[in-house]
Amino acid sequence: MKPKACNADIQVDVIIPTQTKYLDLIGSIGERIGKELDDFSGDREALAYHLNLVLTEATTNAIKHAYNKPEDTVRISIHIQESELNIKVYDHGQGFDLETVPMPDFDHPKEGGMGIFFIKTLMDSVTYTRQGDCNVLEIIKYLK
Amino acid sequence: MNLNLEKINGCSVLFIQEERIDAHNSEELKEYILHLIEQGENTIIVQLERVRFIDSSGLGALLSGYKNAAAKSGKLALSNVQPQVLSMFELTRLNRVFEIYVDLNEVFDNET
Repeated sequence: MKPKACNADIQVDVIIPTQTKYLDLIGSIGERIGKELDDFSGDREALAYHLNLVLTEATTNAIKHAYNKPEDTVRISIHIQESELNIKVYDHGQGFDLETVPMPDFDHPKEGGMGIFFIKTLMDSVTYTRQGDCNVLEIIKYLK
Repeated sequence: MNLNLEKINGCSVLFIQEERIDAHNSEELKEYILHLIEQGENTIIVQLERVRFIDSSGLGALLSGYKNAAAKSGKLALSNVQPQVLSMFELTRLNRVFEIYVDLNEVFDNET
């Protein structure tokens, strides 16, 4: 009997210069991965959009927090193992406190601050920690 | 950023000719809309048919336009918003802020 097909282990590592023109590339990788996740029982088109969005927001954040050095880079690592999708975005900036980022005030909407809201709302776990000389934004989505 | 501006029935209709609005081009969109408002355009319709993806900075650029138009007693509305883009407005409740029309016909039916 053939074993039930399951999501293969996939690991994608990308390193980009700290320039916003690469956001499309990073987001598109997430979108394509979302569409390939055959085991995901939910709305795969929505998941694909959400991965595009979350990777775009997280990478934008890393670029914005980076120091303005031309040689600076952002590393993005996407790992799918069994039913967990794990995204890590590494920046070399001064960092920020994830817990103090306020939720948007829906009655008085403002232009900024929606990026972290999207990540927290659409994904299952978000942490931001210092690791050596980098900050790591780690995002987990369970693929049920 | 690829943008087309057309004057239709006294409205400035801004066709966004990009599939994606993100932090790479949203600042340009924001500045463009601000410039229109400063030039005295007081009814702006942003036509989003081509747009398949918008991020928080894109929503912010449109919100900036909305607020600046309102501050000058004008308005900025949206039309032809694709389903997944619309879901971003719903998630941030911005669908309660913007007038969102199915298409340009609905905009002008409403005007008359």
